[in-house]
Amino acid sequence: MRYTLVLALISLSAAAGAQEWEDRQLFNEGGGDSALRIISSTDTNLFAPLIETFVTRNPDVAVEYLVTGTADIDRRFRASPGDFDIAISSAMDLQLKLANDGFALPLEDIEHPAWAEWRKSLFAFTSEPAAIVVNREAFDGHPIPQSRQELIEALRARPEIFHDRIGTYDVRRSGLGYLFATQDARASETFWRLMEVMGALDARLYSSSSQMIEDLSNGTIIVAYNVLGSYAEPRAARDDVLEIVLPSDFPTTMMRTALVSQETTQAGAAEAFIQFLVSYQWEDDGEARTLPPLSEEDAIERATIGLEPALLAFLDTLKRDKFLTEWENALIQD
Amino acid sequence: MSNSVEVSGSLRNRLVLTLIGGAAVLAMLLFFAVRSYAVQVAQQGQDSILEASVASMLDAATIRDGAVELDLPYSAFSMLSTSADDRVFYAIYQDGTFLSGYEDLAYSEGQPFETQLMRGSDVRTVSASRTMIGADLRTDIQIVLAQTQDALSETLDQISRNVALFGIGFFALAAALSFWATSATIGQLDKLTISVTRRGPQDLSPFAKPVPQEMAPLVKSLNSLMGRLDQSLSQSEDFIAEAAHRVRTPLATVRSYAEATLQRVDKEENREAMRSMVKAIDESSRAAGQLLDHAMTTFRADHLERDDIDLVELVAELVQRLTPIVDMKDLTLTQNGDGQVPYAGDPILIQSAVRNLIDNSMKYSPVESAITITVAADPAPRITVCDQGPGFPSNEIETLTARFQRGANAATTIGSGLGLTIAQDVALAHGGALHLTNQPEGGACVTLSFSH
Repeated sequence: MRYTLVLALISLSAAAGAQEWEDRQLFNEGGGDSALRIISSTDTNLFAPLIETFVTRNPDVAVEYLVTGTADIDRRFRASPGDFDIAISSAMDLQLKLANDGFALPLEDIEHPAWAEWRKSLFAFTSEPAAIVVNREAFDGHPIPQSRQELIEALRARPEIFHDRIGTYDVRRSGLGYLFATQDARASETFWRLMEVMGALDARLYSSSSQMIEDLSNGTIIVAYNVLGSYAEPRAARDDVLEIVLPSDFPTTMMRTALVSQETTQAGAAEAFIQFLVSYQWEDDGEARTLPPLSEEDAIERATIGLEPALLAFLDTLKRDKFLTEWENALIQD
Repeated sequence: MSNSVEVSGSLRNRLVLTLIGGAAVLAMLLFFAVRSYAVQVAQQGQDSILEASVASMLDAATIRDGAVELDLPYSAFSMLSTSADDRVFYAIYQDGTFLSGYEDLAYSEGQPFETQLMRGSDVRTVSASRTMIGADLRTDIQIVLAQTQDALSETLDQISRNVALFGIGFFALAAALSFWATSATIGQLDKLTISVTRRGPQDLSPFAKPVPQEMAPLVKSLNSLMGRLDQSLSQSEDFIAEAAHRVRTPLATVRSYAEATLQRVDKEENREAMRSMVKAIDESSRAAGQLLDHAMTTFRADHLERDDIDLVELVAELVQRLTPIVDMKDLTLTQNGDGQVPYAGDPILIQSAVRNLIDNSMKYSPVESAITITVAADPAPRITVCDQGPGFPSNEIETLTARFQRGANAATTIGSGLGLTIAQDVALAHGGALHLTNQPEGGACVTLSFSH
């Protein structure tokens, strides 16, 4: 499928050049009058195979894939919803708020289980747990922590090893990080004690999972908390010093969601893409995928974050300010 | 008498229309009443959830270091989850100043609950406030919470569908019931009509079968009418019989005087006058006899008693009795036919009928002619009396039998055909009929047939 993949480096002469993207790729260039513009937080390498399959089945549709952070997606999409046809993000709360605020186009024809969709306009297509990823070498002779409590104990036991060598999301900059943190805080007080311990060890703060995994691989950090397991797995497979731990106390599981812009000019192609996306990611078909499929089992057994209006609570400005203040107090100890 | 009755409207239609119309109105009322009740209940349900949610939000407000903090509870939004994924909006104000949420959602001072349009959807809003009092601070927190009504309308649609189905079912059942009730009611009238229609021409007895209460006055009036009719008929018959009886005896006296006088009168013209007188007296006494026969026939036909008899023997006895009279008129009376015709009937009535038929034939037979009586068993027991007279007028033969009805024309047929009337009544009382025919070689035939 090489021929469909056109690596389009950001052209400075292009009109959109004023906006900066983490990555930008055009698939099936010239396949349609105008490309289906997808704004997404998912790394291109994970999403590209899916788009390639889609354009192979729909040769008259071109896809422009734009990658940026979850908070940035929300900001850009709200600013100009007409510029994008589809928004894909791992920040479920921000996506739900977009749909709640009327930015999403309802797609009545898409059959999807009720727990994995909201108002027929927001569709979940993956089940991805937040993981603790550790460098095995750092735990040589010590048990690898299997829960948050064990992690706290391990960090406290050898502060000299872990000082400046643990990482987690900067919840102020990352929408997904904020979602994981708020859900953790809601579930247990252990989260706050962990944050305090990490703060005391001068934890490094990241705005994306991939950066954290990058730093884990090159040895900058040896423990990363609340990393996306799906991002860590390919790296852990190659680099056997990395071990992915799903916390046994309460694994927080996120569902990646997609919505079609209310102001899309290509409703047909966008709906076809969503239809393709949810059926491609449905757990029952045996295809090999780069993204974890949507799993009903996970939704029941693990603490999967539900698509419900409660997600709006932590997005409230007052509540967010309060949460961030507490978080900063815990983690950033000057 | 005309058989057509002036008809105005139909009881059945009126009943059915009233009942079905009533059922339709009731079904509609039921639908609207239940639906409006459901709307109220469903709206109350949503309102109380909104109220609880906003109360828990207000409850989360605290004053810290002289400033208001509001840590929205997760549950406040959790409880707003609905099956239709309703959208949720809220706005928080402090003394009218917007703090967070959706700024386009205005706080309403007056009514706590309102339905309004927001971002293209109907939303139900609840406004609530709380006064916070701190060390040197007194402030009002106002929260307005809104939720779309998709789940509510889904529920209402479902209720409406169910109630509509229920209403239609109720209506169908009521319609079926009204048809049934109507035909059951009208059926009683039909039953009475049938029992009136099926009555024999002489049956004027009262109706004895039980009827519904509402029809009792009608049947009572009918019975009283028929009682009066029966009484007046039997009175007039009694009167005729009484009159005939009273006339016959003086007539016999007058006749014997006339005979005696005839022996003594020599003058030919006087003798002729006397003969005419005797003939007229005979005619009158024959008529009186017929009237008596008729009255007897009517009475016996009303209370028919059947005996096992042999028609041949019965006729033979009659022939033997009448032979002297027939001889006097220079006529012959012969009987032929089967050897034995057993039948269960009233011998007096049958004899009376045959005697009247022979009497009629004698009246119309020319001198020295024969009267033939045939008794046959097949296809039905029958007695045929034939003469060699002029026969029936061919233009009247069809209508002649029909004329012999009790009552109305009895008076007008005394002279010519009361005998046929008597024979007809006897035949009908035995479930048979009277047939009039003319023989091809001349002469009239009257057949009295009986049913088994």
